[in-house]
Amino acid sequence: MLQSMDTATGGIGEAVLDARDLCCRRGGKDLFSGVGFRLDPGSLLFVRGQNGCGKTTLLRTLCGLTRPARGAIHWRGRRIDQDDAATRELLYVGHREAVKDELTPLENLEVHAGLRGERHDEAAREDVLVRVGLAGYEDVPVRFLSQGQRRRSALARLLLSPATLWILDEPYNALDRGAVGWLTGVMRDHLAHGGMVVATSHQPIEGIRDQRTLELG
Amino acid sequence: MGRALWTLLRRDVSLIVTRRQDVLTVVAFFVIVITLFPLAVGPEPEILRELAPGAVWVAAALASLLSLDRLFADDWRDGTLEQLALVPQPLALVALAKVLAHWLALGLPLVLLSPMLGYSLGLRGAELLVLPASLALGTPVLGLLGGIGAALTLGVRGGGALMALLILPLFVPVLILGSGAVSQVMHGGDFLSHFYLLGALLAVAVPLAPLAVAAALRIALD
Repeated sequence: MLQSMDTATGGIGEAVLDARDLCCRRGGKDLFSGVGFRLDPGSLLFVRGQNGCGKTTLLRTLCGLTRPARGAIHWRGRRIDQDDAATRELLYVGHREAVKDELTPLENLEVHAGLRGERHDEAAREDVLVRVGLAGYEDVPVRFLSQGQRRRSALARLLLSPATLWILDEPYNALDRGAVGWLTGVMRDHLAHGGMVVATSHQPIEGIRDQRTLELG
Repeated sequence: MGRALWTLLRRDVSLIVTRRQDVLTVVAFFVIVITLFPLAVGPEPEILRELAPGAVWVAAALASLLSLDRLFADDWRDGTLEQLALVPQPLALVALAKVLAHWLALGLPLVLLSPMLGYSLGLRGAELLVLPASLALGTPVLGLLGGIGAALTLGVRGGGALMALLILPLFVPVLILGSGAVSQVMHGGDFLSHFYLLGALLAVAVPLAPLAVAAALRIALD
């Protein structure tokens, strides 16, 4: 039986993201139950736990991709399955990066921005790719890039998007030390501007003060 | 609103076209299946002419089936489908855009090639106009029905064969009406009634099939 320790509850009144009593079932068995937390602008929720304890499922549930067996998630006071405002304000970078092999990092970025209905000029996209360390690779099809570079080109979406809530599944995977530091800096900036982050990771997220931990399993 | 769907449509068409392999496979398959008929049946022009509408239509149906298992599989595997489910637009519209892109890149070439293949089997005159017109009305319906099969069998091992079993029976009405229209012209009958029915099928499939596809995709993603 899996239990969760809720260390992330806090704050008074309506939180922007509010999950109550979540229970997710996979293959006929409870993955986790009774999970709840609240998240306010400027804070990071660090989801921790062993392999198979449901971290990815929890993140996908927050996105609305998976329905919880029990419990509800509220975004700005409204249930996410009844109101798609949350979907528009969140950016999810999953374990599978949604980067197309045939396209270049620049084209991938353009497609993702287009799908979200955002408009950017090409200079902005190029600038973002330089910032993620893909200068010189903007026009190379992604299949010729390394796993870490693929990851960087997926994470470049974070810099371009106005989304408030970032949901990141193992964002540090395949990144080198420099990129880990860079990503932490980007998250810190995002939080400083009133953003929110929910992330899973097997390594601690260092250097972010307003951080709550949710231990699954 | 339209921007996301337009981006998706453009991306899908350009991905299929730049990959080239899919288009070439489907077109080559279509041509080869049709050339098998004279080889198997014999070279009598009268018999071939009689078989022509059915032959072209069966080849078109099989060729559409051939590429359909890839419709959502690539996006599903690399995580793009998750992102598509998070697009502000309804998933049904996203599915419709994907089916449309698939048809533009892989169905339209069959429509454009069909007069040539019809001619080689002995179709003449107005028949060579009615054949591509019937395909233009019918193959989008095949694509929409196939989309349901592709979404339902997503992630299933041997999904392609299962999809064929699921979807081929549903192709039957389209096949009958499509080849029937051409046969009608050949025998001096009225082909318009067939076209109206094909059009009706298309008009029903466009709004309804994407809903079924979206529901199946949600299950696959869950």
